[in-house]
Amino acid sequence: MNERPDPDELLRRVVEQEKLEKRGKHTIFFGAAPGVGKTYAMLEVARSEMEREKRDVVVGIVETHGRYETGALVLGLELVPRRRINYRGVGIDEFDLDAALARRPELILMDELAHTNAEGSRHPKRWQDVEELLDAGIDVFSTMNVQHVESLNDVIAKITGVVVRETVPDSVLERAHELKLIDLPPDDLLERLRDGKVYVSAQAQRAIENFFRKGNLIALRELALRHAAERVDAQMLAYRRAHGIEQTWATSDQILVAVSPSPYSARLIRAARRMSGALHARWFAVFVEAPSARGLSRSASAQLAQNLRLAERLGGEVVTLSGDDPTGEILRFARERNVTKIIVGKPVTMRLRDRFRGSLVDRLVRRSRDIDVYVTAGDPEQNAVAPETGPAPPLQVPSYLAAIVACAVSTGLGLLVFGRDQLPDVVMIYLLGIMLVSSRHAFGASIFAAFLSVAAFDYCFVPPYFTFAVADLRHVVTFAVMFLVAAVISGLTQRVRSQAESAREREKRTLALYDLSRELAGAHGSRRVIEVAAAQVERVFSSQVAVFTPLGNGALGKTYASADHHGPAERDLSVSQWVWSSCQEAGLGTATLPGGPTLFVPLMASGGIVGVLGLTPEQADRFGSITQRRQVDAFAAQMALAMERAELAEETERIRREVETEQLRSSLLSSVSHDLRTPLAVITGAASTLVESSKSLDEATRLDLTTTILEESERLNRLIRNLLDMTRLEAGTVKVKKEWQFIEEVVGAAMNRLEARLSERDVRISLPPDLPSVPFDLVLIEQVLINLLENALKYSDGPIEVRATSVPGEVTVEVADHGPGIPDGEEARVFEKFHRAVREGGPSGVGLGLAICRAIVAAHGGRIWARNREGGGASFGFSLPIEGEVPKLDLSEALEGSPPEPAHG
Amino acid sequence: MAEQSPLILVVEDEAQMRRFLRVALKNDGYRLVESETAKDALEQAAARSPDLVLLDLGLPDQDGLTVTERLREWSAAPIIVISARGREEDKIKALDAGADDYVTKPFGVGELLARIRVALRHTASSATGDSVFVIGDLKVDLGRRLVLVRDKEIHLTPIAYKLLTVLIKHAGRVVTHRQLLREVWGPNSSDHTQYLRVYMGQLRHKLEENPSRPAYLVTEPGVGYRIRTQE
Repeated sequence: MNERPDPDELLRRVVEQEKLEKRGKHTIFFGAAPGVGKTYAMLEVARSEMEREKRDVVVGIVETHGRYETGALVLGLELVPRRRINYRGVGIDEFDLDAALARRPELILMDELAHTNAEGSRHPKRWQDVEELLDAGIDVFSTMNVQHVESLNDVIAKITGVVVRETVPDSVLERAHELKLIDLPPDDLLERLRDGKVYVSAQAQRAIENFFRKGNLIALRELALRHAAERVDAQMLAYRRAHGIEQTWATSDQILVAVSPSPYSARLIRAARRMSGALHARWFAVFVEAPSARGLSRSASAQLAQNLRLAERLGGEVVTLSGDDPTGEILRFARERNVTKIIVGKPVTMRLRDRFRGSLVDRLVRRSRDIDVYVTAGDPEQNAVAPETGPAPPLQVPSYLAAIVACAVSTGLGLLVFGRDQLPDVVMIYLLGIMLVSSRHAFGASIFAAFLSVAAFDYCFVPPYFTFAVADLRHVVTFAVMFLVAAVISGLTQRVRSQAESAREREKRTLALYDLSRELAGAHGSRRVIEVAAAQVERVFSSQVAVFTPLGNGALGKTYASADHHGPAERDLSVSQWVWSSCQEAGLGTATLPGGPTLFVPLMASGGIVGVLGLTPEQADRFGSITQRRQVDAFAAQMALAMERAELAEETERIRREVETEQLRSSLLSSVSHDLRTPLAVITGAASTLVESSKSLDEATRLDLTTTILEESERLNRLIRNLLDMTRLEAGTVKVKKEWQFIEEVVGAAMNRLEARLSERDVRISLPPDLPSVPFDLVLIEQVLINLLENALKYSDGPIEVRATSVPGEVTVEVADHGPGIPDGEEARVFEKFHRAVREGGPSGVGLGLAICRAIVAAHGGRIWARNREGGGASFGFSLPIEGEVPKLDLSEALEGSPPEPAHG
Repeated sequence: MAEQSPLILVVEDEAQMRRFLRVALKNDGYRLVESETAKDALEQAAARSPDLVLLDLGLPDQDGLTVTERLREWSAAPIIVISARGREEDKIKALDAGADDYVTKPFGVGELLARIRVALRHTASSATGDSVFVIGDLKVDLGRRLVLVRDKEIHLTPIAYKLLTVLIKHAGRVVTHRQLLREVWGPNSSDHTQYLRVYMGQLRHKLEENPSRPAYLVTEPGVGYRIRTQE
């Protein structure tokens, strides 16, 4: 075979190496039974690390159970303060993960890896805490016994008769940097036990007595030794692979285990794990969901979820297939993935159907061809979900009434139409009745109908009449046929109905997803996308929804919450922060903080995580079923993709705008530099002429030059004023201070400001006397009027008209001239920045005046427009909305104690 | 005033501005003291007791507002503030702190000299107690409480009359909304600007020939009002 390692394999190793380099190193002190001295050994090694290697070592948690020598060792080490959790009124001291993460030691000691944390901790299990510490790059020393190894759990239960509920996934052990076996011969251990050196709690006393039998201890020791040896073996293999020694690489075994909602499946899963461990093979846990499996009872679906979670924990890939033919589906998948071995359970009970078609096992074996099939028997797990003994489905009274009615009608018809001589026809009538009942009602009602019909038939038509005795035995066959027909028809109907129902359910799910994608397609902007998606999720899962996304400062913030969303916001935020950084789900029904009422799902898009979705269902068991969870995942995926898409679109838009701003800036620069230089050039020229040749100039020329300087500096001043105004308006530093003002006053102020330049022009002002007061900023609107008037001054020679009109809710002001007007089609563009109506030899300016007007009017919520007047000239108008209450004024002059006096004139 | 021309303290940090002011003011017959910083300005003011202070609000060491306040602690000399456009808040603060008037940069020399004249005349008139105010067609006899337009008597409500007299008291100078409200309506009514606008409108309609192009009663947007004087 190939001399060099497979490139895929090399890549995998590089990725693993990289991950491992960042991760802390995990050393497990591994023993066969309690009391072999794991904790002691761990503390000793840790202390020597600290003293010799000068490493920063802290004790995360160590249960010394009051034993003297271990306690003494701890004395020299720093302890992470424990956290007190109030659980059902009892204070429990638990390991404080956050404190440990904040302390960031080089090495932390974590006793009892298999420990179950008190409810309310972040993770249900201590090994999960350890994983997080390792992920944070902290080295960990931990201890555990062989009976806590997940895949050995059932074997040990069989040997010792003690079921261990606290287990650690094999993957944790596999990823460990080192497994230190702490070995103590059983005799020595028993002696230690007798000497009271092994801590045994009072309630565990009885179990422990059984546990510490010599036979048990020998078996456990063997298991521990073997497990450690297997690991060495695996390391050897890894070494050989890494150095290209493995010539016969690519055994490429793939294992598939068929999982069902049965409690026996757990054993199968463990068997698959062990086999995959031995073969170093990838393995799949496959569940085939039949369309009719919709009717899975609550306990069955919980058991199924538990089985699949177990498989996931043990490192298997969980796959759910869908199809009516489980054998076909399993084999199809197996061939697709090159599965070489299939593990199935031995059927516990033989079902009637299996008699005819063969059981799943039979069919698998028959059709598997080159794939090996392993059949394993199983015991139900001790911690299996108890089968539900809940209330039986309620008796459907209308169905049974229908059965009675059908039977009565059949009997009546039989008697009236056919009589007792035409028995075959009567039987047909009865069969018709039974058929009608079974096609519409449940199995029970059909059988009931069959029973009633048989009874009525026997009573009324079969001699001897009006007794249930049967003279002719042939009639018994008739009865049997009637029952059979009822059973078959109702069975068929049931199946069709359940298939239809599951198809409906499926369609509903697909439709919900389709609805979501359709609505998302119509949503623009991330905010809207989140709202739309969240509203859909709310509806489909009848849950309260919260969406967390990163805010500007990098921290996570709640971007969306259902209207009636409540609950501890602080806690939600910290959980979602955890989900965000770990990209793993948390909360309700997951491995992390399973006790909470909310399920947190990471929103993973193609470019990574984009947010966290929090679902608080109305019923806590809402996401118990695999189907539901998959539905949630599907929604989350859709939502994440839409959010990513929206974000990308926003980013593109932002870049586009930036480019536009850049273009604008450059056009501003060129425009401004031209317009600033022209008056400056004139001023410089005129002033230098005055300085250099003042003597030779006559009085009139001198005056002409100085007047030019004055005019040009005024122009420069206007230009700079406009530039500054525009900058301020665009920077948003201008605050609109609206106060109730009179148009007359602002017109007067503008006229006053332009007095010098307007004195030679005919300005006609017409303001109706009943003009209401309007809320606006006097300074800003004065600026608008000044700019409009200056514009009229610049572009026309004739009279200028200023008019105001009012309609309810709005006041309009217009400034009109008799100039050449606006070129066609430029009416809207004149308000754009740096736009100037192009005219040969026309007046120059930066083209900001009208843009400023537009910005100011827009800030007031008004409109601005330009149009050509009939009969020539341009007219610029703007409107200001009248919003809010005019302040009530007391003008009776009662203020300051002055007596009211009627106003004259 | 024959004995000696008025002394003006110019507080301005820009050398070119000082140069222009020096030429303009000396040409009009005023004597000058110059100062570049707020600290120096206060010392000069104490040492030379100027008749008028021309104060730029943007100084390098302290803002002009503080200088105004410190000066007003002991001096009654009129203060004219020079400020940039768009800083209406600064103007109001300075006026409320005791400045008498303001000019906005850039300004023509005519405007500045007019303001200076008004300010100086005011110091003189408050001493003489002039009782008749005349501008254009408007004549107000403060002693007899008579308001005449083209010699026709105009009836004003007590508040409108009071408002007019306050403006006349500060004739030629800007009066901030707050000052007006305080002097007309009393100390607790400084948020009744709406009344002010209504009465100003009333006054204009009764006294001005064209109220939307007022010749006497001028609005200083964002700051206050001013009644012009006969030049």
